[in-house]
Amino acid sequence: MIRPFPLAAALALGLSTMAQASPPQQALDLSDWPAIEQAARGQTVYWNAWGGDTRINAFIDWVGQELEARHGVRLEHVRLAATSDAVARVVAERAAGQDTGGAVDVIWINGANFISMKEAGLLFGPFAENLPNWPLVDSLGNPAVLTDFTVPVEGYGAPWAMFQMVFEHDSARTPEPPRSLAALRAWIAENPGRFTYPQPPDFLGTSFLKQALYGVLDDPSVLQGPADAVDYAAVTKPLWDFLDEIHPNLWRAGRAFPANEPALSALLADGEVEIAFTFNPGRASAAIADGELPETVRSFVFDGGTIGNSSFLSIPYNAANLEGALVLANLILDPAVQARAQDPAILGFQTVLGMHLLAPPDRARFEALDLGVATLAPGQMGPALLEPHPDWMTLIAEDWARRYGVAQ
Amino acid sequence: MGARAVSALVAAVLLLPVGAGLLGVILPAMGYLPALGHEGLTLAPLQAVFDWPGLWPSLWLSVKVGVLSTLLALMATFAITAAVQDSALHHRVLRLTAPLLAIPHAAAALGLAFLLTPSGWVARALAPLAGFDRPPDWLSVNDPGGWALIAGLVAKEVPFLLLMTLAALPQIGATQRLTTARALGYGRMTGWFKAVLPALHARIRLPVLAVLAYGLSVVDMALILGPSLPPTMAVQITLWMNAPDLSLRLEASALAVLHLGVVAGVLALWVGAEGALARPLRAWAAGGGRGRGADGALRGIALGAGAALAGALVLGALALALWSVARAWRFPALLPQGYGTATWAAQAPRLFDAALTTLAIALGVTALALALALAAFQAAERRGLPARLGAAVWLPLLVPQVAFVPGLATLSLIAGLEPGMGIVALGHLVFVLPYVMLVLAGPWNGWDRRAGLSGAALGAGPMRIFWALRLPMLSRALAAAAAVGFATSVAQYLPTLMLGAGRVVTLTTEAVALASGMNRRVIGVWALAQMVAPWVAFALALTVPGLIWRNRRGV
Repeated sequence: MIRPFPLAAALALGLSTMAQASPPQQALDLSDWPAIEQAARGQTVYWNAWGGDTRINAFIDWVGQELEARHGVRLEHVRLAATSDAVARVVAERAAGQDTGGAVDVIWINGANFISMKEAGLLFGPFAENLPNWPLVDSLGNPAVLTDFTVPVEGYGAPWAMFQMVFEHDSARTPEPPRSLAALRAWIAENPGRFTYPQPPDFLGTSFLKQALYGVLDDPSVLQGPADAVDYAAVTKPLWDFLDEIHPNLWRAGRAFPANEPALSALLADGEVEIAFTFNPGRASAAIADGELPETVRSFVFDGGTIGNSSFLSIPYNAANLEGALVLANLILDPAVQARAQDPAILGFQTVLGMHLLAPPDRARFEALDLGVATLAPGQMGPALLEPHPDWMTLIAEDWARRYGVAQ
Repeated sequence: MGARAVSALVAAVLLLPVGAGLLGVILPAMGYLPALGHEGLTLAPLQAVFDWPGLWPSLWLSVKVGVLSTLLALMATFAITAAVQDSALHHRVLRLTAPLLAIPHAAAALGLAFLLTPSGWVARALAPLAGFDRPPDWLSVNDPGGWALIAGLVAKEVPFLLLMTLAALPQIGATQRLTTARALGYGRMTGWFKAVLPALHARIRLPVLAVLAYGLSVVDMALILGPSLPPTMAVQITLWMNAPDLSLRLEASALAVLHLGVVAGVLALWVGAEGALARPLRAWAAGGGRGRGADGALRGIALGAGAALAGALVLGALALALWSVARAWRFPALLPQGYGTATWAAQAPRLFDAALTTLAIALGVTALALALALAAFQAAERRGLPARLGAAVWLPLLVPQVAFVPGLATLSLIAGLEPGMGIVALGHLVFVLPYVMLVLAGPWNGWDRRAGLSGAALGAGPMRIFWALRLPMLSRALAAAAAVGFATSVAQYLPTLMLGAGRVVTLTTEAVALASGMNRRVIGVWALAQMVAPWVAFALALTVPGLIWRNRRGV
């Protein structure tokens, strides 16, 4: 019989020998791209990405076919219920001392998950700016590809899609949607029970709070610095006043909140709420095409702009198929792949490539796209507001839980 | 293999993973998580948990949901059994429990949510009467009191308890007991409670405690039906464990340790309450009241409650089936406005692969668990002991999965095991084996030993008695155990995901990942597939004993 005690000791030992702060990096010559492509051939890359959306799943399947056809690399989409499941896997491998041959090759990541992994030294890199397709990325015109929530990416993630918050409304029921936070405030009072937001700390729910913060602040520039540089309580007081005012008139009188973006979207589809929002400007058109949303749903933004950010592909420090992961990160920046992602019939994601950096035939792919009935044209999107410093997201979510997290 | 080796093997299968997993919770709860740079031993995580304003409401909610759902499910089970035992309905109920039991918890919750939610079937049915042109703003699911969750748990646990109860009835001579009581002039319901229940209770005690522990720790149903301001403790552990801020894992671990204490405390109170109730109940049973007056009404209520619970589950499943072939289906239409097979066609290839993986793992694990359980029981028998269910069997059912499965994944990595189907199957075994032992232990101990004595008198050795007499006589219980084990394996989410490194795709990993997307059409497809897989097993479990019994009728 194996006794539990020596095992417990072994486990504790295993944990403690791994105690050094920063794990070792795998060595790879990023300047020799042909050698990387050669080594990648025959590898199977495990891409860990949220699996809750059939359109995204179908797109990733298609990327897999391209990857195999062009580079001889197989792609497996590891479908996650939450990105943190993949983070947990890497943490477990780190705890077990598995510093090479890890199970996660690529993670679709941004925001707090990215920052956590980067700060814990769990990411491979820097690599993004060495990718052959990097010169096509609009890094000058669009600084959001270089910073994630004001934290410099420093090449630890390859940007691959831009997101900007857009609101969705059913034009048959709400022909004139509220186009500013003040107008939304008044609309909620007139239409009790027909608006809500996902419960923080959900990403989209907290983003709504940040969007609201932009709307109630006289000088939103304080949001670009850490929260302890200013009087946090005084800065956020208008936000809590705003929420205190609207909560009684929210869906379920603010006594319950949807869990996440898909749950909010389902409420719009069911007609329980009249206004929803998302970070994917093309989502409404795609959902209409699928029969999920009524054909009368349209998108709108706030006149003063809405929050925007980008998504990244990152590679864990111990990825088993490092070369294949790099080839995937490069392929996803290919103009043909980016144009397909931007097609509202497929995904409707915004490209990270600069149109002026593309060869004419590639540019034509983007110009040929039919944006769809509910998608705003680029000129209608309004300014993209910068994501606040990550401090704000953390503090606001904690504060929210303290104020509203216990209903009774 | 020697008797001691078998017992040790079973203990190792159950204790090692849980022990290692628990260590992976207790150390972070004390501030020790070197992978993230936390190395000091400190009470700070526990302090943070006590500073969380939601702690006491959440604790109270968890206890309320766990205790009330168990109590209601138990009362419903007793009442239904009393109402149908040996009647024309007996076999129909038995046949109905199995497929209902096979509905995975998450799928059942999604189906019920669609019935109850303000844009769901109930509101749609009322819409023409009440004049709704859009969904009413009711707080029917995710209510702060947790009543929707309690209802969901009751609907889901009654089939399990019914199956356990009906499987135990032959072992306690329930027919003679009820017949005797009725001959003495007792009504059917009163007679059952006074004459059958006292003998039955000891045999379903452990399953009831498992239901209680499950109700206190459930995550998937609570996420779908339960409140969120605050949620139950188990859900909060899951949320903190999955939070992007990795340091919240320390608080999650501290809450998990606290939760473990709550579960242990509630189980102890439940056992204590059983003891305290024994005397007054004995007095009532012996008091002589025939209870004829209310008997018909009681039976009607019991049958009505049973029909309502089964109806809710069936309607929920039906709703999911309709969603899987629906195009548009807007409020307040009772039926979809258009049908199509696009969703099925799109999911078919992946569905087929996932179904094969699911079946392969579930069959292997169930067979292994049955073999281990019987070997352990037979080993105890050789030493003249009854089948015992020690702490080892209980631990995997008591500790919330989210608390120790990550630790288990770490252990498998330290042991150098490659993620894949084998290690996932071993992970499932930790949860399947206890349920199989739980279902089997009562009937095993209740086996009429006189058959063994007769066999021995005719010259049969212990092995021959085991194979030719005891196993066939326990075939119904074996079938029930196999079915429950199979369903348990199919339903595993966290162990499959974490031990398989996401590379082992089963119906459940896929269904839960898709459930987070709230696309009812796709959820409908996968939830249906998730239901059908165990149905196959249950159908087999119900027919196989019949075949074995053909030449042993009356044994």
